[in-house]
Amino acid sequence: MINSKSITLFLFLFGFWLLMSGHYTVLITSLGVISCLLCVYLTIKGNFLDNETIPIYFFPRLIQYTIWLIKEIFISNITTAKVILSKSEDPELFSVKATQKTNEGKVTYANSITLTPGTVTTQIKDNVFEVHALTKEFGNDVRGSEMDRMVTWLEEGK
Amino acid sequence: MLDLSIQIISIISFVGGVFFILTGSIGLIRLPDVFSRIHAAGMIDTAGASFIILGMILQSGFSLITAKLVFIGIFIFFTSPITGHVTANLARKKGVNPIGKTKGKTL
Repeated sequence: MINSKSITLFLFLFGFWLLMSGHYTVLITSLGVISCLLCVYLTIKGNFLDNETIPIYFFPRLIQYTIWLIKEIFISNITTAKVILSKSEDPELFSVKATQKTNEGKVTYANSITLTPGTVTTQIKDNVFEVHALTKEFGNDVRGSEMDRMVTWLEEGK
Repeated sequence: MLDLSIQIISIISFVGGVFFILTGSIGLIRLPDVFSRIHAAGMIDTAGASFIILGMILQSGFSLITAKLVFIGIFIFFTSPITGHVTANLARKKGVNPIGKTKGKTL
């Protein structure tokens, strides 16, 4: 019952509670501890506590991946703004293969594609993603599979 | 002097946020079909929202409010792709065909 996943979940919940509360008297903080413990208990009882809830193996490389993703999002935002203002859209629909092994990795990859403006994941079947891109350049970016490699690298962890 | 430069940076990021939200809104009206419009909406959700939040963080100074603003940004970044994907997925499932070319085999 007490393992690394439940402890991580408790630390996240309590840290979030501390940041949201702003009142640090003994009574209120202990009430916060009790409510966080209750949440962790319910999560364990409901069998929600698995790799999907707390993907621990993502954490070591998460910060580096986030910085890379924000950079990508910024670049493609500027490109999308240019496309919209210059009326040069040329939409296309295509399929790509994902090389991630776990479901969490695939979800991260699909969400990263959708989060980057200019590309949206429309359907997923096993490890084939159907992607809609605003222009040919965005499509080439996804087909070049740099993001795929980055997410697989994130998933390997360590 | 430091106050002034923080103010200037914050105003610049507000202006950037307004630019991206305005461009996204123009795209939302102008682009041809639902799939292309999702891209414009995604631009409002990412660049627009994050520049506005950055400006607010600089205005608020360093306090608990900063952490709350950062969490608003994180939650937007987690929920926006879900809504985009659900909209696109439902449109595909209901048989809406995107304008433009289709390359190779699609699902």
